[in-house]
Amino acid sequence: MVLTPGPMEEQLPAAPSAEPVDALDVELRRVQRTFGAHRVLQDLDLRIDAGSTVALLGASGSGKSTLLRLVAGLDRPTGGTVSVGGEAVRGPGRRTAVVFQEPRLLPWRDLAGNVALGLPLGTPRAQGRDAVRHRLETVGLADFAGHRPRRVSGGMAQRAALARALVRRPGVLLLDEPFAALDALTRLRMQDLLDGVQRSSGTTVLLVTHDVDEALHLADRVLVLAADGERGAQVVRDLRVDAPRPRDRADAQLAALRVELLELLGVPRTTRTPS
Amino acid sequence: MTGGGSRPGGRWLLGLVLPVLLLVAWQLSSTLGFFSANQLPPPPDVLAAARRLWGTGTLQHNIAISVQRVLIGFACGAVAGIVLGGLTGLSRWVSDLLSPTLGALRSVPSLAWVPLLGLWIGIGETPKIVLVAIGAFFPVYTTVSSALAHVDPALLEVGRAYGRRGVRLFGEVLLPATAPSLLSGLRLGLAQSWLFLVAAELISSAIGLGYQMTNGQNTGRTDEVLLAIVLLALLGKLSDVVLGLVERQVALRRA
Repeated sequence: MVLTPGPMEEQLPAAPSAEPVDALDVELRRVQRTFGAHRVLQDLDLRIDAGSTVALLGASGSGKSTLLRLVAGLDRPTGGTVSVGGEAVRGPGRRTAVVFQEPRLLPWRDLAGNVALGLPLGTPRAQGRDAVRHRLETVGLADFAGHRPRRVSGGMAQRAALARALVRRPGVLLLDEPFAALDALTRLRMQDLLDGVQRSSGTTVLLVTHDVDEALHLADRVLVLAADGERGAQVVRDLRVDAPRPRDRADAQLAALRVELLELLGVPRTTRTPS
Repeated sequence: MTGGGSRPGGRWLLGLVLPVLLLVAWQLSSTLGFFSANQLPPPPDVLAAARRLWGTGTLQHNIAISVQRVLIGFACGAVAGIVLGGLTGLSRWVSDLLSPTLGALRSVPSLAWVPLLGLWIGIGETPKIVLVAIGAFFPVYTTVSSALAHVDPALLEVGRAYGRRGVRLFGEVLLPATAPSLLSGLRLGLAQSWLFLVAAELISSAIGLGYQMTNGQNTGRTDEVLLAIVLLALLGKLSDVVLGLVERQVALRRA
């Protein structure tokens, strides 16, 4: 049984507070990733400042997720180097934490147990228990610690997945289309939650998304990635968004950027012919 | 789980209908003279045999030794099945190395091992326990290795993303993910353990329920043979029910 998003979804904390972390920068130098003959990334250079929120936009197959997986250490580049906090990434480490598109909770553990999976190995038991409790509070799931994943809604499961990443106190939080599978309203609430979490923890965020509005609502910088045949994916636009956060979704300045980004992604503005 | 609308009590009773009918048919076939008392002694005779053997202490001893052989053999075989099934399920290399051989050994009938084990390990407890372990091993090995090969790669990746590797990845993600299959493998393995136990005890043993059968056959005590059969059915069912309860708990924990 899956509970439908209802009253429980409303329990999101108004001002989520996450523990401050030591934010780390991310650097990609001449990164190449090929799958057989298929070249996804080629000579890609990218620097992400510590503590910034960067959104990666791009069509499917533009290499966004590949890039994120390289930073997470879930994949290795076929050339070049990826480093986090000045150290080369050699497999999944405790400096980064990933939230995937699906919650990917272990069905045999309750929510607290799933969040505990994110604790760095070797965390003392009592300290781990406290950390799990606090992060469940951060995402508004304190009352659902003992629930099994199958018993909660998709939004709640994804919040648990976010708590699992936060409990690691990552220097870089990596999100791979984390809200894409949620309904529209839940998605907006989750964006605000993530915004609050980032601002209170100060962590670096790399957010892969299809959603232009999501990128503009959350990111200090929006990168548009596009596949370029032989050369692999390239950053075709590097846009700084200066509006202070938290942002108003009706902001006119953002609306202008939105038009520009959508156009880059192949969705031109509809021009109305005068009648 | 399967509901059906009837109360659990009613379903219990339904399961008892057939055994009771069998008991009645058994009694009738004796009283009506279809079989002689020598061929098929009626239920009261079997009960009397039970009381007699209990009085001399033979019955308790036979039951205890058979149960002990099954428990030890099953435990050894199941552990070996989990370890080897785990290795073949996790490593393509180990699988290519071991699977063909184990597949061939698996098709050797249980009785074929008895003379060989006798030659190798001699008489005494060890060859019987080894045979029971062989019986338990294969179902556990097969289910574990195939279940591991089908674990959701998304969950595996989560484990890896959060720093779990090797033994920890196995213990925290792979093994729990395969727990339902593992338990059905263990149930099959337990059932096989009882089969292999009887094979071992029928052929070479001076004690145990299997021996009680050969002995009964040789001394013309059909009641003792039937008693052993009934007891094996009850013990097999009882041990299966215990594992079934564990299986249910595991299923409930994920619901």
